[in-house]
Amino acid sequence: MKVDVDMSICLLHGQCVIAAPAVFSFDDAGGLVWLSDVDEGLRGDVEAAADACPEQAIVIG
Amino acid sequence: MGAAPRITIVGASLAGLRTAEAVLALLPEARVTLIGDEASVPYNRPPLSKDVPQALAQGAAEAAQFARLVLRSKIPEGAVQMRLGQAAVSVGPGGVRLADDTLVPGDWIVAASGLRPRRLALPGAEAHRHVLRSFDDAVRLARDLRPGARMVVVGGGFIGCEIAATARKLGLHVTLVEPAPHPMQRALGPRVAGAMAALHRAHGVVVVTGRSVAGLTLEHVILDDGQALEAEVIVEALGSHPNVEWLAGSGADLSDGVLVDDQMRAIGASRILAVGDLARFANPLFDAVPRRVEHWCVPGQTARRAAETIAAQEMGHIPTAGFAPMPSFWSDQHGLRLQAFGAPALADATRVVEGDLTQIGHHPIIVEYLRDGLPVGVLGLGANPAALAAHRARLDAALSTSVAC
Repeated sequence: MKVDVDMSICLLHGQCVIAAPAVFSFDDAGGLVWLSDVDEGLRGDVEAAADACPEQAIVIG
Repeated sequence: MGAAPRITIVGASLAGLRTAEAVLALLPEARVTLIGDEASVPYNRPPLSKDVPQALAQGAAEAAQFARLVLRSKIPEGAVQMRLGQAAVSVGPGGVRLADDTLVPGDWIVAASGLRPRRLALPGAEAHRHVLRSFDDAVRLARDLRPGARMVVVGGGFIGCEIAATARKLGLHVTLVEPAPHPMQRALGPRVAGAMAALHRAHGVVVVTGRSVAGLTLEHVILDDGQALEAEVIVEALGSHPNVEWLAGSGADLSDGVLVDDQMRAIGASRILAVGDLARFANPLFDAVPRRVEHWCVPGQTARRAAETIAAQEMGHIPTAGFAPMPSFWSDQHGLRLQAFGAPALADATRVVEGDLTQIGHHPIIVEYLRDGLPVGVLGLGANPAALAAHRARLDAALSTSVAC
């Protein structure tokens, strides 16, 4: 599964980091980092992260 | 099992949409109807007090602003019957009665009808009084956001403070009137709320506290001490009323929203569930007191729980025990991000764990909220998300210990 975040609309609320910590995290500078190629077993977590994003910035391919 | 269950959801905003999605994910054969009093498809509301009115006031096209609010949906085309532009007026054994007198049957009724703004119970100045809940409200407000205009915001909760900040950015003169000693004091506690008041003042908002509104004239807001504030634009940001009138007589406890058990079932009305802003539920992370929670994440959390309940009952399972969602909320004011986890409003003490409240807006601050000496919340003010995440993880651990006790 491909995962992308539209950083032009992301406001770093971090809801995805809570919903899917294996996929999304913050780096030391406070920037969002994520895995772009994710195992299907994590689909539920990634979908929960996309739902929890107040900006709807997460795109699941 | 009999025929496919009919699930009728009243309210076509975030909570209603997420409930429809979660029900169909668990019960693909379910017949779902989504009823909404607004004519538009479900949309996202947080930007309505921030970038949407700003963009509209600066000339952005309405259609483009609305398009970016529309909530993405996982519902396949045609899988849910939409009844938009129709308010529910009552509920009975036959189903939900709509304003046009049609009856929508339902084996399960989900109340997702949300809130409406409270108004000042005062006459006067009707042409330039505003509330903010819907996109149409934001469009109407944006027309009055002219640089140099004098705005009075009545009510210093999050919405009032966000509108005040947006209006300052657009060059209006803004006075914020709040009866408590500080804006946002109930949510953030006196120390942090005091620092936020200082931030608003530093950005040119005149913050008047300890006062309420006694009258409205064409040009002034009159306070209870007789002070007259010039006002060409008035925003009533006084909190909300739950939209529960249509549930009268259903057996549900409607004393503040809809009282529900930990499966989102209305106490006193076993085929009715409530989700989102309406649902008054106890969160065992904190205590056994049922509360309504007006955070953006609650609709999604309660919608999934309600769908699990319906699916478990339809399939003859016992739903999993316990519902203890971690609250989370945010706000953006004068370029400062507030991000909270847990329930700061329940705290009796605060501890600044990073930064200094006198440096608000200039340096990152993290505040821990305590009740009886134990952490119940954490708040970042312009904090690095990674630093805040570490504190949230600590809070998670502390609160889950309290659930286990």
